[in-house]
Amino acid sequence: MSDFFSTLLDEFPQVRAGLWVTVEATVLGSLLALLLSFLLGLMAGSRLLPVRGVSRVVVEFFRGTSLYIQLFWLYYAMPQLTGYELTPLVCGVVAFGLNYGAYGSEIVRGAINSVPRAQYEAAVALNMTPFHRMRKVIMPQAWVQMIPSFTNLLIQLLKATPLLWLISAADLMTAVEHVRSRTGETLVSYLLLLVAYFVLAYALTLLMNLLERTAKRRLGLHPGAGSLLKTRTAESAATAGGTR
Amino acid sequence: MSQTFDWDAVRDSLPLLLQGFRVTLLATVLGTLVAAVLGLAIAVAGRAPSRWVSVPVKTVMEFVRATPLLVQLVGAAAVFTSVEPLTIGIVVLGIHYATYTSEVYRAGIDGVPKGQWEACRALSLTPRRTWQAVILPQAVRNVLPALGNYAISMFKETPFLAVITVQEMVFEARKYGTDHFAYTEVFTLAGLVFLVASYPTSLLMRKLEKRLGH
Repeated sequence: MSDFFSTLLDEFPQVRAGLWVTVEATVLGSLLALLLSFLLGLMAGSRLLPVRGVSRVVVEFFRGTSLYIQLFWLYYAMPQLTGYELTPLVCGVVAFGLNYGAYGSEIVRGAINSVPRAQYEAAVALNMTPFHRMRKVIMPQAWVQMIPSFTNLLIQLLKATPLLWLISAADLMTAVEHVRSRTGETLVSYLLLLVAYFVLAYALTLLMNLLERTAKRRLGLHPGAGSLLKTRTAESAATAGGTR
Repeated sequence: MSQTFDWDAVRDSLPLLLQGFRVTLLATVLGTLVAAVLGLAIAVAGRAPSRWVSVPVKTVMEFVRATPLLVQLVGAAAVFTSVEPLTIGIVVLGIHYATYTSEVYRAGIDGVPKGQWEACRALSLTPRRTWQAVILPQAVRNVLPALGNYAISMFKETPFLAVITVQEMVFEARKYGTDHFAYTEVFTLAGLVFLVASYPTSLLMRKLEKRLGH
């Protein structure tokens, strides 16, 4: 046991670097996912059938073909097919972005649809341009609705990052796995790893709750007491099945 | 180096992949079964009158839910070396998804009107009868589509089992890919199998959801 902690201390630079890779993959992956969510989600609300169709096909494709396969395809198959090779971290970011972006677009679409029709009509009556209408009236209200579901998705993405270990990106799991193989302390290593991910997930949840609070305040809504520490919401339980 | 898609490799690897697919399906079905039963148990235990039951249950559940399935799988396989990998896979998948399904059940139980509980008390039904004859039949009715959706997403996470050497579809795909240097073909094929199996099922669930009036 003491052997384990001395090795851990010994390997601390690698573990820290691994943690950094995990955080990097989570942040960059979720940013790409966020971008795609909005792009595909707004496309799904288009009046033009081809635009809606493209969004539908892309979303169903990336939701239906398993993240694991997409990651492996990018890492193993793409170099073979195109001769172009991505670094493991980039593979991870692209795969996470595409997969969770597809799920996220459903959140964006649903939230925009949930804004009352009268808000639309009022904005039209005020002669707002479509862009102005979206930016000043629809989106601020839809955004508040999106945040709890996005929080769930972000945690899912974080939980998918150990996949990087399989494509030899030096992430947190890789680093701790290395400590484990050096010391043979299986149980302690994996418990430590689980706790590390739990802490990361909790920190992200807290940040997202802060974001939700700010967004609600902008609309003049009361965030309600104790909402900062909650780890899930009633809505998230109800929509969890639907966003999958 | 640009290489064309090798159709012979597709034809060659398809039987292997389908053989692995049977293991994938088995893991999904049994894993869903574990998740459905255990999720219900967790939801009921979370409402236990004693805090000594409900608080530990909720804490453990929160922990399992917020930590990666892959780490849980690899960890369990490394700790319980004498258990068969497929069994570990099914149990870990089931436990992980039980933390999701318990939320679905919880929402269902919360949706049962308070008057039903009071009526049970007025009739002095035992807690067992209360749950069995009154609360659960009302709570569980509408959870079917949600359980189905979780089954689909579990199905798409079964490739994780390949990591602990369960010989499911992706395991076979990787093996064939390594042996014949044909990653493009096998992974494309495996992806399509996932798409073809999961998309119609998700449409079916959507239909079921509509019919049940969600």
